[in-house]
Amino acid sequence: MTTTIYVPMDSGARAVGADDVAAAIMSEAARRKMDVRVVRNGSRGLFWLEPMIEVDAGGKRIAYGPVDAGDVASLFDAGLTTGGAHAKCVGPTEDIPFLKNQTRLTFARCGITDPLSLEDYERHGGLAGLRAAAAMTPAGIVKTVTDSGLRGRGGAGFPTGIKWKTVLDAPGARKVIVCNADEGDSGTFADRMIMEGDPFVLIEGMAIAGLATGATQGFVYIRSEYPDAIDVMRKAIAKARAAGILGKSVLATGRAFDIEIRVGAGAYVCGEETSLLNSLEGKRGVVRAKPPLPAHHGFLGRPTVVNNVISLATVPIILAKGAQFYKDFGMGRSRGTIPIQIAGNVRHGGLYETAFGVSLGDLVDKIGGGTATGRPVKAVQVGGPLGAYFPRALFDTPFDYEAFAAKDGLIGHAGIVVFDDTADMLSQARFAFEFCAIESCGKCTPCRIGAVRGAETMDNIRRGIEPQKQKAIVADLCNTMKFGSLCALGGFTPYPVMSAMKHFPEDFNTAPKAEAAE
Amino acid sequence: MPTTDADIAARTKRIIASFQGVEAPLLEMLHAVQAEFGHVPGESQRLLADALNLSRAEIHGVTSFYHDFRESPAGRHVLKICRAEACQSMGGEAGAQRISDLLGIKFGETTKDGAVTLEAVYCLGMCATAPAAMLDGRPVGRVTGKRLESLVAEATR
Repeated sequence: MTTTIYVPMDSGARAVGADDVAAAIMSEAARRKMDVRVVRNGSRGLFWLEPMIEVDAGGKRIAYGPVDAGDVASLFDAGLTTGGAHAKCVGPTEDIPFLKNQTRLTFARCGITDPLSLEDYERHGGLAGLRAAAAMTPAGIVKTVTDSGLRGRGGAGFPTGIKWKTVLDAPGARKVIVCNADEGDSGTFADRMIMEGDPFVLIEGMAIAGLATGATQGFVYIRSEYPDAIDVMRKAIAKARAAGILGKSVLATGRAFDIEIRVGAGAYVCGEETSLLNSLEGKRGVVRAKPPLPAHHGFLGRPTVVNNVISLATVPIILAKGAQFYKDFGMGRSRGTIPIQIAGNVRHGGLYETAFGVSLGDLVDKIGGGTATGRPVKAVQVGGPLGAYFPRALFDTPFDYEAFAAKDGLIGHAGIVVFDDTADMLSQARFAFEFCAIESCGKCTPCRIGAVRGAETMDNIRRGIEPQKQKAIVADLCNTMKFGSLCALGGFTPYPVMSAMKHFPEDFNTAPKAEAAE
Repeated sequence: MPTTDADIAARTKRIIASFQGVEAPLLEMLHAVQAEFGHVPGESQRLLADALNLSRAEIHGVTSFYHDFRESPAGRHVLKICRAEACQSMGGEAGAQRISDLLGIKFGETTKDGAVTLEAVYCLGMCATAPAAMLDGRPVGRVTGKRLESLVAEATR
């Protein structure tokens, strides 16, 4: 009897030795003349356990991790193929609390299936959404997405259905669906995981968007820092095309939709939708003024939907199970689930999909288990490099678009980065300006010049040169950047800077202690 | 491996021809040219400008906008170290300094023997196995201690 062993091919798992583990399992099985099949699945998102392997023991999956290639012989000795006991065994995968307590809708299949097996995909509920959409009118699909309450998961939180309706209603013979897979925020990896671990769900979501808006052309703009995701998506698109999911007649509906992969070239600002469109057109990734909206005048002037990976990958389950099913999760105006990425200095880092409403403190202390170093948590940056630093005093904030905005923060693409008490917030605030200076497209003066001036001003505070005056300059600069920049890069850099100054003022006092930290 | 302008031109023309029918292909072409030559040679830029009916200044503008494209060759290996917040929170900056010291070069430089180019990158999406790096496109996580040293050793080989 063949035993199936799952070893993730997710780049986060590969980065810590999954390839070596897979090779060691194959050779150990061969040496012992055992019939073992290794499936390279996506990651379950429990990164502190990666490489986490699973063995299918009579239909139940038993997990082991973190596994080193050197552990493999002893795992076989312990009866790995039947789920035998071993120091690295963490029990049945589904019973691991971090996984068990999640509500996985978007990530329902990630880590369970072979990412490039369409048979696996369909067996686990794939294509049900697209089949349902194929039997509906475009307006009907758009209404379902609108009714579900789905909002853009890239960070802006704009209602997806309204964006789709604008494109559906826009005149134009050729319409375009662009998937924004330029996931540049530090602390985020949900897009990467779904592209590597369940690529067909994104393809299905884009095909549904095509049917809903009348678009026939699709692009996935993937950042070049994600070579594995690019590779998996290319293979998945070829398979989807061969299976008639993409092409001249999507699922034999007579309606065309196809997808091309385009690769970014290392520019954070291209995650902003208008600079992404310029980049897609082969231009410098400079931000465009809005209006015109991309929905009216997008890629090469065509009506264009630009949606984040997670927004599109969530559409299939909404179509499969209905708007109400999805809407029943969440709180306030934040409906459904959100894949939260818990990262940085945290004991249990990984992907945690749950309904909106979980508190930041629960995420960090209970689910994340505190810091990896074991030191006290000092700050948590939520929403990437343009997100605010939250102190422990704000840990009761529920994960919700409006609740974070009310605390001068944002949930962004739902990445949270934990820092322990060795973090120096002046350095973090300076880095926010530095990053903005490196990545500014140069279009808006407040961003282009302000970021450089901001970093210089932070250096002056560090040196103790008229610190009170410098802090006033920073506040004024941030105000100018916030209201004088076209996009979120210049406009949101003030969030990490001002939150660091507001919540951690002691780090900005130019006492000798601050100088010694340099 | 000495490459003549004529050789670069012939290979660039083949790349351009392979993009027939592709809409707005410049970025993809630049990636293909860089994959072919390790950088984007001036001769290729001239041909891309001709093929797309753009000025050389426009091609240079695009090439120089993006961090990925280089106008001169890199070392045999390219080592990218993440310098973003999640990696910072796990001691990434000290590690970055250590790697820079071990290689004897600053970020953005190439070792004298041409073995390795060291580059900063802002997020590789491996933020839960930080600090992260990438050696010639291969992801490496938890880059501290021994793993850091073996990574540097591998890059200089």
